[in-house]
Order: sequence, then C-alpha cells, then structure tokens
Amino acid sequence: MMMQASLPLLIIASSLLVGLIIFTLPEQRTHLRTTLNLAGALIKLSLVIVMLWGVFHGQQYQTQLPLVPGIDLVLRAGPLPLLFVTLSAVLWLLTTLYAIGYLEGSPHRSRFFGFFSLCVAATAGVALSGNLFTFLLFYELLTLSTYPLVVHRGSEVARRAGQVYLAYTVGGGALLLIGIVWLYSLTGDLTFTPGGLGQALEGHSRSVLITIFALLIAGLGVKAALVPFHSWLPLAMVAPAPVSALLHAVAVVKAGAFGIVLVLYEIFGIEFAAELGVTGPLAVLAAITILYGSLRALYQNDVKRRLAFSTVSQVSYIALGVAILGPLATIGGLVHLVHQGLMKITLFFCAGNLAETLGIHKVEEMDGVGRRMPWTMGAFTLGALGMIGVPPLAGFISKWYLGLGALQADQAWVLWVLIGSSLLNAGYFLPVLYRAWFREPAGQWPQERHFGRKETAWLLLLPPLITAAMAVGAGLLAAIPFSPLQWVQFIVEGEGFLP
Amino acid sequence: MEASLNSNWIVLPVMVPLLGALLGFLLPGWTRFIGLVSVVVSATSVFVLGRQLLLAGPVAHAVGGWGAPLGIVLQVDGLSLLMLGITAVVFVAVSVHASEFFSLPQRRHFWPIWLMLLGALNALFVSGDIFNLYVTLELMTLAAVALTALGDEPEALAGAMRYLLASLLGSMVYLLGVALLYHQFGTLDISLLGERTANAPTLWLAGGLMFAGLMLKTALFPLHFWLPAAHASAPAPVSAILSALVIKASFYILLRLWFEIFAPLTSGVLVEIAGGLGALAILWGSVLALRQQRLKLLIAYSTVAQIGYLFVGFALAVASGSNVIWGAVLMLVLSHALAKSAMFLAAGNLLHFGGHDRIADLDCLAQRLPLSVAAFGVAGVSIMGLPPSGGFAAKWLLLQAAFEQGRWDLIGVLIIGGLLAAAYVFKVIGPAFTPGSESSQVSPLIALRLGWPALLLAIAAVGLGLFTLPVLELLAIGDPSNLVGREG
Repeated sequence: MMMQASLPLLIIASSLLVGLIIFTLPEQRTHLRTTLNLAGALIKLSLVIVMLWGVFHGQQYQTQLPLVPGIDLVLRAGPLPLLFVTLSAVLWLLTTLYAIGYLEGSPHRSRFFGFFSLCVAATAGVALSGNLFTFLLFYELLTLSTYPLVVHRGSEVARRAGQVYLAYTVGGGALLLIGIVWLYSLTGDLTFTPGGLGQALEGHSRSVLITIFALLIAGLGVKAALVPFHSWLPLAMVAPAPVSALLHAVAVVKAGAFGIVLVLYEIFGIEFAAELGVTGPLAVLAAITILYGSLRALYQNDVKRRLAFSTVSQVSYIALGVAILGPLATIGGLVHLVHQGLMKITLFFCAGNLAETLGIHKVEEMDGVGRRMPWTMGAFTLGALGMIGVPPLAGFISKWYLGLGALQADQAWVLWVLIGSSLLNAGYFLPVLYRAWFREPAGQWPQERHFGRKETAWLLLLPPLITAAMAVGAGLLAAIPFSPLQWVQFIVEGEGFLP
Repeated sequence: MEASLNSNWIVLPVMVPLLGALLGFLLPGWTRFIGLVSVVVSATSVFVLGRQLLLAGPVAHAVGGWGAPLGIVLQVDGLSLLMLGITAVVFVAVSVHASEFFSLPQRRHFWPIWLMLLGALNALFVSGDIFNLYVTLELMTLAAVALTALGDEPEALAGAMRYLLASLLGSMVYLLGVALLYHQFGTLDISLLGERTANAPTLWLAGGLMFAGLMLKTALFPLHFWLPAAHASAPAPVSAILSALVIKASFYILLRLWFEIFAPLTSGVLVEIAGGLGALAILWGSVLALRQQRLKLLIAYSTVAQIGYLFVGFALAVASGSNVIWGAVLMLVLSHALAKSAMFLAAGNLLHFGGHDRIADLDCLAQRLPLSVAAFGVAGVSIMGLPPSGGFAAKWLLLQAAFEQGRWDLIGVLIIGGLLAAAYVFKVIGPAFTPGSESSQVSPLIALRLGWPALLLAIAAVGLGLFTLPVLELLAIGDPSNLVGREG
C-alpha cells in the first residue's frame, strides 16, 4: 500500500536527490560522482521495471499532495505515463555512461551532472504528472534545469543560444500558464482523464475553448519544436553531445510532444477536439513542420545541425499521429515517441564520437570515416536508415501505422506527407552514409585522438551500439510482449480505442 | 479577543531586541555577540508565541494592565504572526551574514541600530492602535535610515538623506490621517475604530491621507523615487532587510487598516487606483531593472516591480472577497522577503569580493563565488514566479482570481511582469557560465557565513510554494481579514 502511493515519487526522487547531492561534491570527487550517477540511474530503472510489471497487471499507483486550494500535486502511473518514463529511465542510464566518458577531465562536471540529473527528474515528473498543474510544474523545472546544460560551455555562442532557448521556452511556459489557468477557471478540473474531461467542457463558448487549445498547443509546441516555434533547437546544438542527445531524444522535445498527446487525449478528448475542429489544423501544422524540418536539414553542412533539423521534422510525426482521429494513427504517433528517441539518441552519440575522436563537425569532413570508425558508423547507419523508414527498423513501424491510420481516417493527404518526408530523409541521410562508407578518406582527420586498438573510448562506443540494437529490436521484435509497439497498443486500448 | 494566561510572550519579541540594543551601546566590545544572541532569542520567542497561537487562538496583552482605550494593547493574530515569523527568519539569516560582513569599526554602530530596527518591526506587527503603529513606524524608519547611512560611499549618505525626507513626509501624511480619525471618533484603537466608523467625509479624507502616506513608504509607483538609491547604496545586509521587511511593514499597516477600518466603506476608487498603480509599477520597475548596469540597482528596481504585485494582489483580493486571494497576497509578501534578501546578500558578496557590481564584468567573479551565484539564481526562480516557488503559488492564485473577474489587463501585466523578471534574472545568471581564469574560491569559513545564509533564504523562497495551505491556515487565525464577521 505504502509502496503504491510512493513509487511515482521515488522515481522522481531517485534522480532529483542524486542531482542535489552532486551539486555539493567538489570537482575532484570523480569516483563518488560516477557511483552516485550510476546508482541513481540503476535505482530508477529498477523502480520503473517494478512499476511496468505492476501496471501491466492492473495495479494503480498514485501520489497526491495538496498544494494550493483546490489543486493537488498528483503523480500517477498508467500505461501512457510509463511509456515515456521507461524511455527516459533507459536512456538516462545510457546517456550517463556516455557523458562520463565524454566529459572526462573537463571542468565543472559537478555542475553538469547536477543539472543533468535535475533535468531527468523533471522529465520523469512530466511523464508521471496526473494533472495539468503538476505537468506545468515539471515542465518549467525542465526549462530551468536544461538552460545551464545548453550554456555549459560558456562560450559567446553558447550564451547566445541559451538566451534564445530561454526566450522561447519561458515565453512558451507563459502561454501554457495562461491556457491552464483559463481552463481551470472554466472547468475547475485539470485531472488527466482517459477520454478527456468530458462533461466539464460542455456548455462553454467554442471560441474560448479553441483559444485555450491554441494557447496550450503553442506553449507545448515551443518545446516540441513545432514550426514556427522551432528556431531554438538548431541553436541549442552548442551544448555538449550528451546534452543534445538527451534533449533531442527524451527530455525537452519529448516533453512538448507528450504534453500535446495529454492535452488531446486526456484533457480535451480526441473526439471532442475533432468536433471543435482543432485536430485538423494541428495535423496540418505538424505536416508543415515535418516537411519544413526535412527541407532545412538537406542544406546543413554541420552534422549536429543536420540532425537538429531532422529532429524538428521527426518529432512532429508524434503530433501528426495523435491529431488524426483513429487508433492506428494514434499507435503510429505514440510508438514514434519511443522509436524516434532510440534512433535519434544513437545518431547524436555517434556525432559526438566523431567530434571527440576525429574532430569531425561537418558533413564534408566525413569522407571515408566508416573505415576509421566502423562500429560508430555502423550504429549511425542503423539510426539513419531507421529514420528514413527502411523495414524492419523501428522507424518503419511508426510510418507504417501512421500511413494505415491516415487511410483509415480518410486522410490520404497524410500519405503524401509521409512519402515526401521519407524521400527528404533519404535525401539528407544517404549522402552522409555514402561519404562515410564509399569515399576515400581525405588524408588527415581534423583533430585525431588515439585510443589504442579501439576506435574510441569504450564508454563512448557502448551506448550508441546498445541504442542502435534497441532501435533494430523495436522494429524486428515489435510483436513480442513489452515491445514499444505492444505497449502502445495496450495504451490505446486503455484510452478507449480498440484497434 | 481574550487575553490568555501566558500573554507575556508577546512582549519578548519587542523587549529582547530593544534591551539588546541598549546593552550594545553600553558594551561596545561585545556588540556582535549581543546582537546575534538577541536576534536568536527574539526569533525563538516568536516561535513559542506561534505555538500558543495555534493552540489557543489570538493573543492580546495589555501592557502594564491598562486596556484600550487608555493603555497600550499588544495583540497577535494570524497576520501578525506571519509577519513576525518572516521577520524572525530573515533577521536570523541576515544577521549571520552581517556578523562576517562588517569590519570592526562599523560593527559598533551597526548592531545596536540593527536590534532597534528588529524591535521596531516586531512592535509594529503586534500594535493594536493606529498611534502606536505610527510610533513604531517612525522608530523603524529612523533605524533604517541610520543603517543606510552606514555605507562607505558618498552615495550612501545621499541615498539615506533622500530616504529620510521621503519617509518623514510619508509619516507626516499618515499622522495627519490619524489625527483626523481621533478627532472624529475619539479613539485610536483599531478594533474600536472599526466599530465606530460611519461613512463620513472625514473618514474618506483620513483614509486617503493614511493610504497615501503608507504608499509612499511602501514605494508604490510613482512614489518609489527614493527606493533605488537607498536600497542600492546601503550595505548588503541592510539592503536585504530594507527590501525584505521594512517596506512590507508599511504595507502591513495598510492591510490592517483596510481590514479593520476602511473595507466596509469601500467604493472601488481607492482600490482601483492601488491596483492600477501596482500594474504600472510592475511594468516600470521591471523595464528599469532590465536596463540597469549595476547589480544592486537591478535588484532594487526589481523590488519596485514586486511591490506592484502586492497592490495588484490587493485589488484582486478586495474584488474577489476571498480569503484565499488574501493568502496569495501574503504569499507574495513572504516569498519576496525571502527571495529578495537572498538576492541582496548574494549581490553584497559579489561586491565585497570583486570590488564592483557591474553586471557586464561579473563573469570572472562568478567562478569564485558559486554559492552566491546559486543563491541569486534560486531566488530568481521565485522572483520570476516559476514553480514550485512561493512566487508561483501566489501568481497562480492571482491569475485565477483575475480570470474569474475577467481582468484581462491584470492578466497581461502579471504574465509580462514574469517574462521581464526572467529577462533581468538571466541577464545576471548568463555570464556566470563563462569559464573564467581558474582562480581560487573564497575560503570555506567565510563562504559558510556569507554564502549559505543567502542560499538558504533562496531555497526557503522556492520551497515556500509547497506550504501554501499552511500559510493560508495560519492567516485565518483570528480572521484578520474580517471576512467571516463581515458576511455574518
């Protein structure tokens, strides 16, 4: 009984406390810091596994603390929250390993890992929040804890990127706040409820409800990098590679996308939203973002910037999927939350390896790098092919369900968006792969470091290999229990849609 | 209100600091020790008083056995207790900081006046009549001005002078209102006045005068002209108390008068003016804060903006008539007191060790004083009104009230104020990440006394948001906002 009430809180505390303790550690206590980091990540992962098992068997978990009159801090565990929290727990562990290798010997590591853990705690909070108020709380905490990570390097470029990041996210937070208070003043209820708030929304002016919806989506769209709120994301690339990896795969963009899912399904209710006429525009906005992000990615020479624009594009698959009425598209959108995370984190890990080992930052410097770093580029290739949607990789599953869902909902135009986007994906990833595997190396790498007989440090190599394997597994083994796809189907059943 | 058996506890928060101040004058070599002990003892007695209040309800004490209307009655209800409590907390933390901050010759002057200020503040919060409020207000002002003048630079003296003149003007105007009320109704006791007042022209005039005087002392826009110079040029611990508590004292009197005397006769004009000026203060103060080149001036202008929130909250609370919104106003008072004192202490440390507080050149310093920068940042969370801080809880409740009343103008101001606050807080935090030369950090012991008080205050400001409900419960003790009584 105690366990059930406190488990969600413990999951957040496992990274929150670690973060707070790490802040106080002197710089040179490397071993203690590493131990704490890994202990926190492992504890969190085990707690999440316990909870997965429980939820699968119908167990309820809820933590509730009164905060202001009428509103409680609610943390809950259901199938949907677990999808996100599991992703963040798994990738936190891997990213921590990667970051330990990546930042070896660099200054301000206590500060870095402190905020890193806070960021993960905020993400877990976003995932587990049981009402919009709690969601807002952790959503803002996420802004605060990621800013120091974006500006970690402290260079002029980093500071400017940090300013832009803040301007966008704090502004987005303000829009979200207005929307939430307004909604509360109408309904008096902010609880996430499968199927939406229902009755509480009836009888209010349609234009007010549409405005509130627009405010909420705009506030969330900033973090989800929906066009026209996406400009901060490519700039945030100045952050260290593990941060970019986490930002793009789990923390920030996913918090936005996850928020959109919650607002659509558990606040407005997808049917009510469709009746209001707001899902169509959202789908169009997502489609525009998908195509625009891919187009911009084509023209980026900087590896990380190309990946960043690819994120802008790929994250909107989630919004697109959930905005289309019907279970299959929803499955496609939700499962992409996990799939995109696995693939994109692989790509960013690999980009970080190229930069750290050989000093490669530009696409044009990648000629022949596949021979020098076959393992890294192998993982990169799997990630890239997955993004394009080559079967049987994870990205294919997402696109397959999105396409089927679009047909099921009589929205054939979405198919064209998917095809166009896949062609563009191929357009910006295949040349990279061609350069890496089939071109002759230019002679000398920009800034090479040697690691004996290995191609790079094993802490840098292991995480991308694992995530690449997971991306393959999520596609190949999509039919076995507890695969992302199966879990998403479990969620969609719970949301009241039977496929 | 009935006097309970142990009502003597109410005298201690006033007497202990005043006795300490006297002792400090007599034993100049021991001032620091006497100062710290008095502050801690006074804080402890507030704690005991609070426990009594929770057990037995509001406490009143007739000094020397003489009751109103002849004698002096001290009384404590939930509102007073919250103010006494925040004063105790902030004073303990800032005193620890001050014990390291001041050099030897300054100490002798500092501690006695410091204790006098504490005694005056505590006396103000337990006073039950409008003349006593005036006396304590004056005592507080004089102590505050004297402390402001302790600063090293010539600007400190100029700032203190302007502060003194503005404050005296405010007190005189207030006193005029007191005299009018006494002439008309023949009593100074607040609750008796509340019973006797009728909707007479005199009451309007008196109310206008007293409010104007108190607004000047609270530095509500456009009567804030004296504040930035005084708060920025005073020594850091003094700035902290000025911004955290001294301006709140006059705001407290304003609330008290409103609740007990003026509320039943409200026509919206006075409230509208207060709310409108508050909104302007938020915008004006925030924009000016953003434009400052010096850290302490930035913080001082931020105070001007935050005072605006108090008055916007006041307008919303009056219109909503709900105890919860009054609670939000109190949350603003408390969280700003914690956050702003933290900011001033942090700025003082930067100034102390760097010799300057130019924001553009703070980057190198930040590496040496991580605790102070962290304190500034954490306090900033509450100033910006981001969760889970006390500032956020208050802003949430105020926004809720604004939506219910359809006050779109105030919603806009509350949101824009938050965005501007984020801009000026991060203007300071941003440079802190620039890698400076690897210079040594300040020695641990000094960091302990100078850095941690600021950081703990900042953490308290952020943590306060989790205790919104207890604050509301405390505020309801004795029903100071008179809501129950008015409805019945």
